[in-house]
Amino acid sequence: MSELKSGSNLEKVLTAGHFAFTGECGPPKGANTKHLLGKFKYLKGNVDCVNLTDNQTAVVRMSSLAASSLMVGQGLEPNFQMVCRDRNRLAMMSDILGAHALGVRNMLCLSGDHQSFGNHPQAKNVHDIDSMQLIAMVKKMRDEGKFMNGDDIDVPPEMFIGAACNPFADPYEYRVYRLANKIEAGADFIQTQCIFNMEKFRDFMKKTVDMGLHEKSYILAGVTPMKNAGMANFMKKFVPGMDIPDELINRLKGVEKKDQAEEGIKFALEQVEEFKAMEGVAGVHMMAIEWEHRVPEIAKRAGMLPRPVV
Amino acid sequence: MIVADRKSLEEILAMVADNKKILILGCKGCVTVCNVGGLKEVEILTSSLKIARKKLGKPLDIDIQVLERQCDNEYVAELSESVNDYDGVISMACGVGPQFLSEMYKTQVFYPAVNTTFFGGATQHGVWEERCAGCGTCGIHMFGGLCPIARCAKSLLHGPCGGSSEGICEVNADTECIWDSIVKKKMEAGQLEDLMGVKGLKDWTTARDGGPRRSIREELVQGKI
Repeated sequence: MSELKSGSNLEKVLTAGHFAFTGECGPPKGANTKHLLGKFKYLKGNVDCVNLTDNQTAVVRMSSLAASSLMVGQGLEPNFQMVCRDRNRLAMMSDILGAHALGVRNMLCLSGDHQSFGNHPQAKNVHDIDSMQLIAMVKKMRDEGKFMNGDDIDVPPEMFIGAACNPFADPYEYRVYRLANKIEAGADFIQTQCIFNMEKFRDFMKKTVDMGLHEKSYILAGVTPMKNAGMANFMKKFVPGMDIPDELINRLKGVEKKDQAEEGIKFALEQVEEFKAMEGVAGVHMMAIEWEHRVPEIAKRAGMLPRPVV
Repeated sequence: MIVADRKSLEEILAMVADNKKILILGCKGCVTVCNVGGLKEVEILTSSLKIARKKLGKPLDIDIQVLERQCDNEYVAELSESVNDYDGVISMACGVGPQFLSEMYKTQVFYPAVNTTFFGGATQHGVWEERCAGCGTCGIHMFGGLCPIARCAKSLLHGPCGGSSEGICEVNADTECIWDSIVKKKMEAGQLEDLMGVKGLKDWTTARDGGPRRSIREELVQGKI
């Protein structure tokens, strides 16, 4: 992992051996750039790069590529998320080239939430290729300078290739193999689903380390601070693939409502502390959902500031 | 087989609202097997329409007939002398039937009484499930004999996605996650390596994406067999 593949800040931070700290930002449900740029301010300097979600939960929002480009313009580094639900291979390759042209150097390759969860459930989905193939496609474009048909690319896109991993989905015993497959396909870094069940994640990381996967890719542990017990309950019931132990919900319920946000942040900070010491974990992906303004405080209290300049 | 569901009575009534005399045409093929468009269902629809129209004070004269198959011109031709005796014809075959009829009898109107849903079979009495998406390039042997194109909500070739929970698909609590079954079958058989690696991008030219499809068997076309 010595030679840089993309030259992104995230890649440099990780290859220099720093513990990475990435953030997330959902583009607006509209063309409200003022609001978006306002959210960027809370993230700038506090994280190494920021995931720009791609119509997350299948709800229409400003395009992740446009938002990534706006972010580049503000001097922050985006991690451009791309889902397989909304684009066929032509649109994907085209957007990957466009992303490079706009200064984007990180990508996260995802299948995408099913459209039935979103606000246009009647939509036709695409799924021309899946996330595993998307990872391999970006790698081929970058490393071989080829389109999928074998034609040469005039200036290949340089991307630091990311993939997602959800250790809490089933069947559990297969999840580490699916992770291995994504890494083999070309994932330079991994961002996990939000972790709440620490016991299960410890076991998952042990399996990951036993297979040596942490030496082939950088694994960033996903953390989402809970705003209150209601949010925890909602996620447990309605968000697919979430594993939220009752102990956490009870812990949040155990304090007064006005103090639940602080309790949620405390739990997240405890998690970050443990991840710093956990073998195989190369960083934390902080998904403060619609809570960007709390990121500066969370980053500071987590001991993540100042971010390394490499 | 091709599986279909009947449209609501209201929808069918609206289609023939201006008609006074119609033919309801069943099919002895797939729709008879899946209990949606055979003789029994033709008779039920006939009674329902007659009662409903009588209530509206606009009685409907209905003849019935069931063809061997509506997807075969040999049988569709049986209607040649009677088809224009009606204001309209309700077909209870899959979507193929009313099209063969429309192509042969250009001045008659054929109303589809069923919604064609999928290629599948009955998993228990009264329950049919999808098994095939007709993609034109079958590779089920690579997935333990289970088709992820038809049976995974995202048609993943490398599943299961992060929404798979206790063997159930994230999209519908009544739907099994087919990738859960594929993975478990492979793991139990000690064939996990079959699922590793990245499969080449699927060639969709043989699916609907390549345009309307056609199968030609030259030996039959030439009358050799």
